[in-house]
Parts: sequence; C-alpha cells; structure tokens
Amino acid sequence: MVQLTLPKNSRIVAGKTWPRPDGAKNVRTFKIYRWDPESGDNPRLDTYFVDLDTCGPMVLDALMKIKNEIDPTLTFRRSCREGICGSCAMNIGGINTLACTWGIDQVEGDISIYPLPHMPVVKDLVPDLTHFFAQHASIKPWLETKSNEPSAEWRQSVEDRAKLDGYYECILCACCSTACPSYWWNGDRYLGPAALLHAYRWINDSRDEATGERLDDLEDPFKLYRCHTIMNCAKTCPKSLNPAKAIAEIKKLMVERRL
Amino acid sequence: MADVNRGKRPLSPFMLGQYYKFQITSGMSIAHRLSGIFLVFGAILVVWWFSAAAAGPEAFARADGFLTSWFGIIFLLLPSLLAFWYHFLNGIRHLVWDMGKGLDIPTVYKTGYAVMAGTVILSLLTLIIAF
Repeated sequence: MVQLTLPKNSRIVAGKTWPRPDGAKNVRTFKIYRWDPESGDNPRLDTYFVDLDTCGPMVLDALMKIKNEIDPTLTFRRSCREGICGSCAMNIGGINTLACTWGIDQVEGDISIYPLPHMPVVKDLVPDLTHFFAQHASIKPWLETKSNEPSAEWRQSVEDRAKLDGYYECILCACCSTACPSYWWNGDRYLGPAALLHAYRWINDSRDEATGERLDDLEDPFKLYRCHTIMNCAKTCPKSLNPAKAIAEIKKLMVERRL
Repeated sequence: MADVNRGKRPLSPFMLGQYYKFQITSGMSIAHRLSGIFLVFGAILVVWWFSAAAAGPEAFARADGFLTSWFGIIFLLLPSLLAFWYHFLNGIRHLVWDMGKGLDIPTVYKTGYAVMAGTVILSLLTLIIAF
C-alpha cells in the first residue's frame, strides 16, 4: 500500500552533535541516522565532524574513523571494502550505494547517511534483510536440470555464457530493491529488482532446464508485474547492472510463450 | 513489509525528495500516473461539456462558461493539455521499454528530457493552432 509518512516510532528526532576535531582545517560534516534498540527512543540524527586530512577518501573510511576515534557505538556492516561483498550498502546523500566505493568528494554539502530505505532497522545503519534474502531464495537461485547428469561438468558454449554477463555480477547488496518505490509499498509480495534479476540470470542460463516452471512461478500480479519501469534500480546499482532490463526480458518471455 | 518488522523496529526513512533523491527516473514515473489520473478527470469534463451541448443552449452556456473562465483555463484546460501530451509521449517511451529497448540509464535520461521538451512544444503548438 502506498505509504507517504513514517510510522510514529520511526520519526527522526534531533540528535547529538559530537565535538569538532581540534586544529583540523579540512573538516566535513556527517549527519548519521542512529537507532539504539535498547533505549526504546525514536531514531535520531547525529552530527559528526571528520578531519579529511587524516581520513581515507571513501565514505566507509569516514565511518570507520568516526567509530574508531569519535563514537565507538556507531553500528554498520562492512567487510571487503572494495565493492564485492555488498555489506556496506546504505543511503548516502539521498541515493543507495556502497560506502566503500562512494567517495566523500562525490557528495556535496553535509553528508547524510541513512540505512537502506523502507526497511526495518536492527540498529543504526543495519537494516533487517531477512525478507530480502528469503525472496532471493524463493526464485531458486541454482541450476535446475532434468536430463541425466553428465560425467563431467554441464557444458556451455562461449556465446551462451556471454548471455549471463550483466546478470551474474550481482552481489545482493539490496541497493536496487530498496531504491524502488514499488518495492517500498508492495515489498511483501513484489519480489523486487534484485530477486528478479537473479531469476532472469537462471531463466537465461542455457544449462537450466526449468525455464517453464520458473516463468510459471513468476506469472503473478505481484511477484513480477509490480515493476512499473521506474528505473531507480538501474540508476542506483553500485555494480552498474540493469535489473529493469532483466525484468523487461522476463515480461517479454511471458508474452512470447503464449504466442 | 510490516510483517517482517519484528518487535519495535523502526522503519528506515524513504520519502522521495526528503530522504531519497528526486530523480528523472522516479519523478517521471509518478508524473505519468498523475497525468493519467488527471486525464480521466479531464475526460469527465469533456463528457459534461458535450452532454451540456446536447441538453440545450442554457446548459451549454453554463458548462462552456465554467470551462473557459480563468479558473477553468488555468486549473483544467492547461493542465489537461500538458497531461495529454506528457502521457502520450511518455506512453510511447513505456511501449519501447516493454519491447526491451532503451532501458540503459543514458538513454532513459535522453528520452526523458525529450519527452519533457516535447510536452512543452506540442502543448504550445496546440494552443497556437486552437486560438
């Protein structure tokens, strides 16, 4: 259902302003969403000042500097720091991206950092992705076959393998799905761009023998057809993939198989 | 997503413009919906205008007087004109997307700007031809 405001317990209140670093000349302001599950208070927006002369270039570097030197209670996910694990996905300066590959200099003015949009918050910048991963699992993201198992591997031609380019690279960071207004409002039943991109990756795999069943499963007013080609997914993908294109291809296959 | 919001977990902020940057992508999608809704409303007014014409000179004078008053022109006719051309041109854009074409972001932005420019130009042309 279309929802335009935040529930009462989710409204953001004014937060704490942390001290400025002494003698720093090159300072940027970070406004960061904080929510402590133990306090029972509403989320708040804390202000931090980071000395860029002693900080790495990426937003994640600034978050780690804040956690190490200013406020150890700041909570966020991170792991690989090179855009391949998808852990540090968050809303930075109004768009979803990975903190580790987004430069501090790519944001103008104060740098606002929120958790991925329209998700239940576990703590601070950590959203609950349980439902998101369950949706990914629901499209059966593995090879389904009916023929006898080959003695060696399932073979695939170079051309057929090339058809997976642009689809297999997804790291499931959830930036696209949580950038999609349709997913915000129908995310309980609409699978969202990430899960549908994965669905197409397997539909499009020459070795997969369950294409019909996969399409049957997606033939649903909500699972697939809540995509209205808004294109926020492709715009925001930190891996420059195009979930909207994958969804359009699935919709085409739905029509083609009826002809 | 309320069902996965276990316990007292807050919902992270999402509102377009305020927390999520307003972009051509989502902005034009919402405008497509709004223009569609407005056109349904406009169509009802056209039906009213025609049925008033069929009902007689007095009824027609009343309907025509309202629609061509400054209120009718500013709040009904001009928005209907813009909504018509916007919905028409953006509808073509959607049809092309449904064929699986033009879905890369640079093309989406180019066609988006083209639709916005086309809406203004065709609306002005319509006004010039009509008056």
